[in-house]
Amino acid sequence: MNSGLQSPRGIWWKPAGKAERVWVQIAFAWCIVLFAMMPLWHFKGSQNPAGIRGKVDPGAFARRTEEFVAAYRVGEENGMAIVEPPAGADVYLLGRMWSWEPILRLRKGVQYTLHLSSVDVNHGFSLSPVNLNFQVVPGYDYGLRITPTAAGDFRIVCNEFCGINHHAMVGRVIVIDDAAAPRGAP
Amino acid sequence: MTAVAPASFRTCPTTGLRVHSQADLLIKAHAVAATVSLLVGGIAAVLVLLTRWQLIHLLPADWFYRVLTVHGMSMLIFFIIFFEMAVLYFAGPVVLNCRVPAPWLAWIAFALMAGGALLVEWMMWAGRADVLFTSYPPLRADPLFYLGIILFAVGALVATGQFFAALVVAKRERTYEGSVPLVTFGAATAAIIAVITLLHGAAVYIPTFLWSLGLMNMDPEVYRLIWWGLGHSSQQINVAAMVSIWYLLGALTIGSVVLNEKISRTAFVLYVLFISMASAHHLLVDPGFSPAWKVWNTSYAMYLAVLASMVHGFTVPAGMEAGMRLRGYTKGLFEWLRRAPWGDPGFSALVFSVIIFGFLGGITGVTFGTEQINIIAHNTFRIPGHFHATVVGGTALAFMGVTYYVIPLIFRKQVAFWPLARIQPYLFAAGMALFSSAMMFAGTFGVPRRHYDISFADAPFDVQLSPAVDVIIGAMAVGGLLASVGGAIYIVVTVWSVFLGKRLPVPATAATLARGYGIPGGVLNPPKPLPPGDVDHRGLSKGTIVLVAVFLVAFIAYYFVNWKLLSAVWRVG
Repeated sequence: MNSGLQSPRGIWWKPAGKAERVWVQIAFAWCIVLFAMMPLWHFKGSQNPAGIRGKVDPGAFARRTEEFVAAYRVGEENGMAIVEPPAGADVYLLGRMWSWEPILRLRKGVQYTLHLSSVDVNHGFSLSPVNLNFQVVPGYDYGLRITPTAAGDFRIVCNEFCGINHHAMVGRVIVIDDAAAPRGAP
Repeated sequence: MTAVAPASFRTCPTTGLRVHSQADLLIKAHAVAATVSLLVGGIAAVLVLLTRWQLIHLLPADWFYRVLTVHGMSMLIFFIIFFEMAVLYFAGPVVLNCRVPAPWLAWIAFALMAGGALLVEWMMWAGRADVLFTSYPPLRADPLFYLGIILFAVGALVATGQFFAALVVAKRERTYEGSVPLVTFGAATAAIIAVITLLHGAAVYIPTFLWSLGLMNMDPEVYRLIWWGLGHSSQQINVAAMVSIWYLLGALTIGSVVLNEKISRTAFVLYVLFISMASAHHLLVDPGFSPAWKVWNTSYAMYLAVLASMVHGFTVPAGMEAGMRLRGYTKGLFEWLRRAPWGDPGFSALVFSVIIFGFLGGITGVTFGTEQINIIAHNTFRIPGHFHATVVGGTALAFMGVTYYVIPLIFRKQVAFWPLARIQPYLFAAGMALFSSAMMFAGTFGVPRRHYDISFADAPFDVQLSPAVDVIIGAMAVGGLLASVGGAIYIVVTVWSVFLGKRLPVPATAATLARGYGIPGGVLNPPKPLPPGDVDHRGLSKGTIVLVAVFLVAFIAYYFVNWKLLSAVWRVG
């Protein structure tokens, strides 16, 4: 047998040994499982990054966010609006250097369509401490049907580099549980 | 055909290969440029590490992002690609015993790469390109930054052309018999992937250069798609080059054999066909692409490139095992491994590279690159944790291991500080394994990558990460510093050996080496040749079967644990 540095002579297209053949078959079967899990989760799983995707003019997205804030505003903290949309509403969250607007107040177990976009550069939506991450791209509207599954006071960390103050870009999401005591409400 | 100028050749006393003097010089030049890039990127690495370690938090924010940009470009583009061009000059002209087809063009290519790299370094250090490695528009750098990358890419493309030309020259001038060796075949797939990658680089950076001059528009999502055709595919050049080096180091250190040329070569072809689809790994939670597109592309069609890596993950250790067994190490399952030359840094680097790449880098990469699981991985520390395992623990470590052979075989020098060189792969592998594992673990708590301050001191709202994160980051820092020591030893050993060290004595024996110097066992006592012809395969890979079974179980466990983690987060769709 030759090493990897030597030229094989003659015809090298020969049947593999049994161990190699079986390993290739096992590996291929595993690859099929890896592949099948993704479409399967679209049907059976509850976490998918499909969403409603479309292009949007950054200015138009900013106006939609303003209208959304005006319609459902319930308070203010540090000069930023707190917004409590009704169940099933289209919710707008705008990323800009270096803030997430507005503060959202959502209800546990209720579905919303969360629209993410940016008016300037790429940002990263990272819900902390849940660890739910999506890319926020200027000019694109990512509409994700989300359902909070736990009450609490959450943060939105920006996890895509967006300039010198990237690390200070933090937003807030409050999830209240109607069934329980109103903990977590500001 | 014009007459070929008489080229000067020497015959390598270890391998018996005829080496063209121009190939010698080109390999040296590229290796030196790679080492300088590694030094710059390594200094940046330590600065980044000491800043992300919140206990020290060394740099101010602007310098953190600047130095992080330097780290990414110097390591992932300049170090890796300079080294890969050296590998191509070795796997082409040297292994095939032929001349460098057009040395003048090869040197122009080198000058373009070096000039481009210098321009980019200047822009970054001057603070005119604080855009990180990915430089996503609309973040804007100085146009010269993009121009520098274009020059580097064009140079690399021309150098790759020299490799393809060498294949033609060697065939026509009959400098080898039979088929090209497996190492050259693997390098050829790396070269093909390099062409694909560099064309993506041109497709994205030429418009970006024009955009930075205000001459055209740039869609941020289209940029991300094409840029990752460069950014991820360039890591696939590394994979193909690294696997070729695995076969090379196996052959040099212990006389590994190729159990079946068809299997190994088909696996390399799968890389060429499918691995470039991995641009999608970075776009799984992006708004611009449909689920069907994501599923198809992220899985390289149907995980056919993963299949290729799993095949090499068997054939490389099995080839080592068979090589050892055929030379008499036949006891039990693992005598071939126990009695292997663990004091040869080429061998230890090979083994650790395979293990770290497979267990830490490969398994996690496939898992994070799953469309839905990416929701709990994208842009967290899990991602750099993964690719430090593949590119640093895997590729860079393999490159380090082969360097200990390049020093005597190409530079004709003894390896300086030999006792340090022998432990270098151990330090580096242990450090990188701890570093990347801790980084990935921190990422499961949502620690963001590319972030200056996870204490969020300047943020409008406090952020409470798990208290475990501080401890895990501490472990990451220890691992990173350990690996940095290993990296520093590598640089000191190579630079000293090449520029200040002692020439290789002829003949090179243990008695003729200078005090404190050494050369790897594979050069000192090359593995004894095996008789030609086929042998019975039965029982030659018993130990490897156990090893790959362990790997498969770890893979399955990690993969499904992540689905479990995913199922616990908010419902989203």
